[in-house]
Amino acid sequence: MFTGFDFEVIWTSLPYLWQGMQFSLGLTLLAMLGGIFIGTLLALMRLSSFKMLSYPAGAYVNLVRSIPLILVIFWFYFLIPIALKKLTGNPYASGIGPFYSALIAFTMFEAAYYCEIIRAGIQSVPRGQVSAAYALGLTYRQATTLVILPQAFRNMIPILLTTSIILFQDTSLVYVVGLTDFMGAAGKIARRDGRLVELYLFAALIYFIICFSGSYLVKRLQARYNVGR
Amino acid sequence: MIEIKNVSKWYGSFQVLKNCTTRVDEGQVVVVCGPSGSGKSTLIKCVNALEPFQQGEITVGDISVGAPGTDLPNLRSHIGMVFQNFELFPHMKVIDNINLAQIKVLKASTEVATEKSMALLKRVGLEAQAQKHPGQLSGGQQQRVAIARALAMDPLAMLFDEPTSALDPEMINEVLDVMTELAKEGMTMMVVTHEMGFARRIAHRVIFMDQGEIVEDAKKEDFFGTPRSERAQHFLSKILQH
Repeated sequence: MFTGFDFEVIWTSLPYLWQGMQFSLGLTLLAMLGGIFIGTLLALMRLSSFKMLSYPAGAYVNLVRSIPLILVIFWFYFLIPIALKKLTGNPYASGIGPFYSALIAFTMFEAAYYCEIIRAGIQSVPRGQVSAAYALGLTYRQATTLVILPQAFRNMIPILLTTSIILFQDTSLVYVVGLTDFMGAAGKIARRDGRLVELYLFAALIYFIICFSGSYLVKRLQARYNVGR
Repeated sequence: MIEIKNVSKWYGSFQVLKNCTTRVDEGQVVVVCGPSGSGKSTLIKCVNALEPFQQGEITVGDISVGAPGTDLPNLRSHIGMVFQNFELFPHMKVIDNINLAQIKVLKASTEVATEKSMALLKRVGLEAQAQKHPGQLSGGQQQRVAIARALAMDPLAMLFDEPTSALDPEMINEVLDVMTELAKEGMTMMVVTHEMGFARRIAHRVIFMDQGEIVEDAKKEDFFGTPRSERAQHFLSKILQH
């Protein structure tokens, strides 16, 4: 059945594929860090008793979560240059380039999802811990960063990683703005050399290995934290 | 030291505190008792502003708790509080639990804080547990660490919110012993508890609350001798049977 297949092409195109993989991993990592940071701020806003903070954060999260990711990527790529032109009045204002617009799109999109996870994590910390922190004279900021968030993140690590694995898979959508990630690189070579089966099989295998190891790590972490409690 | 004047508090339309007035003088131990839901925990939490109140005035030293401009973190750093469920920070070692506020609030160096924390741990008989996490200690040990943590701030007064209610019976005394010692050293204490034995031995005054009201506020001798109100008599007869 496999006669006529040439897996040699994978070997020869490895450097190019590795470039694509570096892009995928880099984008995932940056979007994850940015997403968790902004997601934490959004979560704190949503939990705030000030409606001025909680309403906009809630509206943002609900809006983003009702829109497909690919649309958000499009928006940032095509609408930001238009917006910049309007805002600056400079008809030649260019966008920020496909990479940064994709990075912002992923970060802002994932932030909405991370926000909901982090909000649940913060709420999983007993109220009494907050009272105890305040009773010692800690400020809101100190109580949040020293007492609440460390405990919340400890509870959240598995689900945060799971979300990040999905984010890694989603980075393949950057092809719509002309960027070449691992999937894009595999596709380009597949079409150039007419080796679709070989390269898509290889790509699937690599995605499987990375995501499966990630999920395994999550399971191990979960088991460890459940014991430690 | 602590002065509570005509304090009322509502949750929505439900009034949890009704015009409560009392005081705790310096060096005094005041025990607050009463059936559950009587508002005693709420009252004690109003003293360090963990619970807001809508009417009346509370002053600690010369600071007004309810006034809009009050620096609450600063106020709270001068009032120690011990909770029913200990509320040690589970992600930190025992020693770091006691160091935390010394370093972050009092701006002590790690060395100075650690030295003081170890001395306090020794005082509550737990210096061997300094490097453990709270989850590895028994309830009684955790509560003693929580007392040490509050004492590390050199508080002007200590609030105890049912400090022994979550403990197994055999651990209650180790915590009461620490509290007794504190009281004998002249610490100003406001203690919500059902431990009438402790109240009888240590308290100067006993406050009896029911349905958000301070029904009885009397010297210990008077309270246990002849409580005037029927409600207090009824409560005591139930609680002292065993």
